[in-house]
Amino acid sequence: MSVTEMFSYIQGFLSADQDVREDIRKVVQTLEQTAREILTVLQSVHQPSGFKEIPSKCTKARELFCTVRTQIADLKTKFPVEQYYRFHEHWRFVLQRLAFLAAFVVYLETETLVTREEVAQILGIEVVREKGFHLDVEDYLAGVLIMASELSRLAVNSVTAGDYNRPLRISNFINELDSGFRLLNLKNDPLRKRYDGLKYDVKKIEEVVYDLSIRGLAKEPESVGDK
Amino acid sequence: MNKRDGEGSSRKNVDSAQEQDMSTNSSSSVIAAFRVFQQELDTKHDKYERLVKISRDVTIESKRTIFLLHRMTNVPDPEDVLNDAEVKLDGVRQKIGQIAEELRGEDIFQFHRAFTPGIQEYVEAVSFLHYIRHRSLISLEEINARLVFMRTEKADAKGSAEGQPLGTQVLTFQVTPSDYLLGVADLTGELMRMCISSVGNGDIDTPFQLSQFLRQIHDGFSYIGNTGPYEVSKKLHTLRQSLGKVEDACYTLRVRGSEIPKHMLADVFSSRTTLIDPEEGVV
Repeated sequence: MSVTEMFSYIQGFLSADQDVREDIRKVVQTLEQTAREILTVLQSVHQPSGFKEIPSKCTKARELFCTVRTQIADLKTKFPVEQYYRFHEHWRFVLQRLAFLAAFVVYLETETLVTREEVAQILGIEVVREKGFHLDVEDYLAGVLIMASELSRLAVNSVTAGDYNRPLRISNFINELDSGFRLLNLKNDPLRKRYDGLKYDVKKIEEVVYDLSIRGLAKEPESVGDK
Repeated sequence: MNKRDGEGSSRKNVDSAQEQDMSTNSSSSVIAAFRVFQQELDTKHDKYERLVKISRDVTIESKRTIFLLHRMTNVPDPEDVLNDAEVKLDGVRQKIGQIAEELRGEDIFQFHRAFTPGIQEYVEAVSFLHYIRHRSLISLEEINARLVFMRTEKADAKGSAEGQPLGTQVLTFQVTPSDYLLGVADLTGELMRMCISSVGNGDIDTPFQLSQFLRQIHDGFSYIGNTGPYEVSKKLHTLRQSLGKVEDACYTLRVRGSEIPKHMLADVFSSRTTLIDPEEGVV
């Protein structure tokens, strides 16, 4: 095989690769659009009036997740299934956002931590790699960390809206998350960087709880009984 | 675990912190979930580290092979050196076999970053040897064809019941086109060094062959241009410099060759290269 032939073979491979990436990029753009819509819907819980509407907002968000499922199904058709990590960078960001949104919805509904299986189910994808398009564990954890900072904001705003019990429940929840993350041996990677931000969220919520308790606004028995 | 919880609560100044940490005991579902994540992440990181280690060994051995091949020009029996290099590369291939083993059942792109430097260095070494032997560019298929490994597996219970104690399994490792491309880009640097040192040895044919070959590769890279991975455009710059040096050497050979009698050429260049060499060594 001559040098020229070899290079045109490689060139053919590279341009095929670029075509796939172009296709993926287009679908990911629509996915990002939907993710932003869901975020907009959920942002209204920070409004004083939004606290009563949490269930209806969640229902609306869940409806939008249907769109996400069809868009991800579309994304799956754009590349061979065993090459997930070759193109991972293209959807990593949006998948983390979606994991965050799913976790946030589940938290608002039940005040529990969403499992990785649940997120995968909401997004219409798999948990284990062998079965196809899946949710990488690091992306799931990144999503959970985004939610933590959203919750610290929610704690502040719920006090403004006159809901003094919510911060205590959020505080319990975040503390539990924090001990969970402390179990992980993280490498010096983006996830670790994001985890380093968690302590500020914990601190913020603790300050809110402190403010409430010195003013006698928090009812102690509830915070213990709630868990 | 308990100790960690203790540390956690000591830095908290909130009254109810003690109770909160009590609620996050090891039996909670969140902690249980994170224990699973811990294991999953650790397994992944361990595999990554093992791959990095093998990749480093591959890099070192490949580099040694390249140095060995550079020594070829001033030993009496080049064939011996080539055979030595072949033996060394067999060792490298065994190491790549270990990579293939680690990657069995995995998505190779998940760990690609761990072993790509080693593979590029291997491509460089193997294509250098191939060029010295055949004066042509090794193809991606030829490289991949040699990365097929037979593994004898320890028989499982079922296998021994069938009276077949050992089963062989074929493992393959595929060099990706990008790794191949980057390896070939490195090869051009070695070819440039080979050109200069062969001039030093009074070999007047090799530089011209090399400049032609390098020009072909350069044209190939120009054809690919910026459609390739990001690193390619960086290497293209170095490639241009190497090509320039080789072309200059050929130019000097031609010009000086016409005015100096053939039997004196070797002397001219061996004195010339001593001037050039320290500068070349930097690149």
